[in-house]
Amino acid sequence: MATILMLAGCNSALLDPKGSIGVQEKELIITALLLMLIVVIPVILMTIYFAYRYRESNTDEEYAPDWSHSTKIEVVVWTIPIIIIAILATITWRSTHELEPSKPIASDVKPITIEVVSLDWKWLFIYPEENIATVNYVAFPKDVPVQFKLTSDNIMNAFFIPRLGTQIYAMPGMVTKLNLIANHTGDYKGFASNYSGKGFSQMKFTAAAMEDRTAFLNWVQQVKASPDRIEDWEQFRALASPTVAEPVKMFSSIPPFLFTDVVTQHPGSMNCLPENLG
Amino acid sequence: MFGRLTLESIPYHEPIIVVTLAVIAIVGLAVVAAITKAGKWQYLWNEWFTSVDHKKLGFMYIAVAMVMLIRGFADAVMMRSQQLLSAAGESGYLPPHHYDQIFTAHGVIMIFFVAMPLVIGLMNIIVPLQIGARDVAFPYLNNLSFWLFVVGVILTNMSLGLGEFGRTGWLAYPPLSGIEASPGVGVDYWIWALQISGVGTTLTGVNFFATILRMRTPSMPMMKMPVFTWASLCANILIIISFPILTVTIALLTLDRYIGTHFFTNDLGGNVMMYVNLIWAWGHPEVYILILPIFGVFSEVTATFSRKKLFGYTSLVWATIVITILAFVVWLHHFFTMGSGANVNAFFGIATMIISIPTGVKIFNWLFTMYKGRIRFTTPMMWTVGFLITFSVGGMTGVLMAVPGADFVLHNSVFLIAHFHNVIIGGVVFGCFAAITYWFPKATGFTMNETWGKRAFICWIVGFLMAFLPLYALGFMGMTRRLSQDLNPEYFPLLAVAAAGTAVIALGVACQFIQIYVSVRDREQNRDLTGDPWGGRTFEWATSSPPPFYNFAHLPKGDVLDGFWYQKQSGEFDPTKEVEYERIHMPKNTPTGIYVSAWALVFGFAMIWYIWWLAAASFVGIIVTCIQHSYNDDVDYYVEVEEIKAIEAERRAQLEEAKKNEVKDNEKKDDLEVTYAN
Repeated sequence: MATILMLAGCNSALLDPKGSIGVQEKELIITALLLMLIVVIPVILMTIYFAYRYRESNTDEEYAPDWSHSTKIEVVVWTIPIIIIAILATITWRSTHELEPSKPIASDVKPITIEVVSLDWKWLFIYPEENIATVNYVAFPKDVPVQFKLTSDNIMNAFFIPRLGTQIYAMPGMVTKLNLIANHTGDYKGFASNYSGKGFSQMKFTAAAMEDRTAFLNWVQQVKASPDRIEDWEQFRALASPTVAEPVKMFSSIPPFLFTDVVTQHPGSMNCLPENLG
Repeated sequence: MFGRLTLESIPYHEPIIVVTLAVIAIVGLAVVAAITKAGKWQYLWNEWFTSVDHKKLGFMYIAVAMVMLIRGFADAVMMRSQQLLSAAGESGYLPPHHYDQIFTAHGVIMIFFVAMPLVIGLMNIIVPLQIGARDVAFPYLNNLSFWLFVVGVILTNMSLGLGEFGRTGWLAYPPLSGIEASPGVGVDYWIWALQISGVGTTLTGVNFFATILRMRTPSMPMMKMPVFTWASLCANILIIISFPILTVTIALLTLDRYIGTHFFTNDLGGNVMMYVNLIWAWGHPEVYILILPIFGVFSEVTATFSRKKLFGYTSLVWATIVITILAFVVWLHHFFTMGSGANVNAFFGIATMIISIPTGVKIFNWLFTMYKGRIRFTTPMMWTVGFLITFSVGGMTGVLMAVPGADFVLHNSVFLIAHFHNVIIGGVVFGCFAAITYWFPKATGFTMNETWGKRAFICWIVGFLMAFLPLYALGFMGMTRRLSQDLNPEYFPLLAVAAAGTAVIALGVACQFIQIYVSVRDREQNRDLTGDPWGGRTFEWATSSPPPFYNFAHLPKGDVLDGFWYQKQSGEFDPTKEVEYERIHMPKNTPTGIYVSAWALVFGFAMIWYIWWLAAASFVGIIVTCIQHSYNDDVDYYVEVEEIKAIEAERRAQLEEAKKNEVKDNEKKDDLEVTYAN
């Protein structure tokens, strides 16, 4: 495993995270692996050693054909895994609550909210406060918690920016929540990570972590200057029609409650009750 | 008249498919011609196709699985090469339309039509022999199960030349598998192939559950059953509980697609989460259905070739039972990223980790079986040592992904792909190869060639490490699964290693086919005349190789663990002695299983292509054939003492010959020693 990790090197997104969620997840992975290696390495060494030592041709070794029970060994082989799993379970309980995707990130800074809609096969990002939207490009300032609310227009999908950490499903008629933060500026790769049909491989986007709020607001102004806009549901449907490898788009305005409309578009859905919308 | 079936359904404009079909047609015709020329059709029909003999059915399961392994492996080669080309900046030769069918088919074939029949085939051949039974509890059902499985195989392969296969991934999550996103026949092929073969699997589960509980030799209590039988019992309990979930889930999806209900659609209260939960409530137990019997195989192989009693039988059995129960409370770990909340995720994560405790205990049991043994490194033992090492790594990465916080970044990545291939190849596949080599002489009467077996092992383990360790690293680089276009060029070097690994595995597969060829060619030299070529411990080795159709002239006495081993040592087991025989009650062969399955095949085909009149007619055909069969009282007969005497006399003659050969071998050895001494 160590060699593989080295092979992956510094271009390994998960081992070189750029946000605090990703950093915690990386540390969690390394802790869990080290803990398990306490058992796995001896097992591998014992396999090789026993196989070699008790080979048929080595007649000097003791041969005990009827020996099949030892309370001491039984106690050890049950106890050690139980202890390790007990430690790992404690870590799991804590880290799962710590890293729960819907849990807001503690910070003095006011978080920004971005609504994400998975379309066939592109990502629509809606900024409800700024009343703008983008396709396959999402920007936010670094060191500011970002609260993503996600849904899908049609096919179930998953939203993932490896350098920042946690991925989450985007599902039709439902809203999932994901809190991430970037602590370094940069353009990070993001993509769909749950197979969703023909254009899935090319359903990528760029997540830009900007220097500060000013840089972000400048970018918002740029978007607001864009001639493109989504004016009504019909125009949204046109955008939502299936396309592959869609280029980046900026919309200077969108209809109010577009995200809610996408979630509640399916008649009779039991999932669109207001209390489920969060 | 023909529903949506038209000439356009044949993909003659796709060169890859046309060439594949041509090859299949040529090979198929050659086989048919060879059988016809040898005049063997009657023989095959009477002795094999209509047979209710568990040993023959097991053999046929494994034969079909080996053919499907080639198909599944070809899919793997295509995926690896497409990803490699794509990372090199090429568009590659597989557009998404084709690639998506390939990874779907690869998963479906490898799980349902390779791993399952290998495991079920092994259970068929070995379980009745180990418990001292003459056949399974319901011999006709066993034949029917096999042919229903074959229907699934035929439908899956038919999709290659007629229409398309699903483009949804092997579990066909809606809404992608719904009628709006997948209007073609692909998902319908998936539905009917799995539904029909799934019914067969459920029947197998019921059959073997009843067999193990009720058909054991009267003197054998549960806690003296061989470990492989215990593991098979647990696997069959899992089948009985989980396969109905699959059947219902697929049935609901079928209703959504065929008559417009809304169980899993986006509209009118349908919910995809329901499907994902249900399919994994079956899907997780399914992996234990595969691995538990294989754990049993490793237990048998380790004890036999270490020539030592299995360490900690009782704890091994309890570990198996604990895994069986826990298998049903971990399904949610397949979708921690659905946003179920921290409490739910943590519960399922911890439940999953707990499974690693009994599994770890099993590994230690095998290790301490080797301890103070006299280990003979035959091919099965090499597969076992290879398994112990690779499975430990695979188990570790599995527990890692059971930590929700880690899974949040590893889910759906190629790290996951590496993990489950690590446990399925390193566990199930290595185990099946160990089992096939180990029990081959029992099924056929001659041992397999060791040299080619060892070559195959070396190629497989090297190829496996090369093909899958890079995927772990690629997972850390953020590479997700099922990509076919525009791959990140950074992935190229590691994908190249993985592709080379696939080539090495291909060499391993080639070695295995050469091994089979050489073994059959040299069968006269490698005859197993004693019925016990390895110094076995369990009752399958107490009868001849291959066993007579009634397995045992006298049922063995199974009141101690490894009874056969101790009966040999005490001299209680002496097959050369002539004894009194009684006539034996045996089931008769029947073609009903084939008839029902033939109707089921037509039914599946008609449903896939919306040929409603044919679907109705063939459904009636299934029901009528079943009713007709229930009126058939002529299902059994008695083997007369004369026939048993003749067969057993032949066995004694074989044993005489074996003794003579042994003496000759010893003389040769002595001669050699004399020569050396001089």
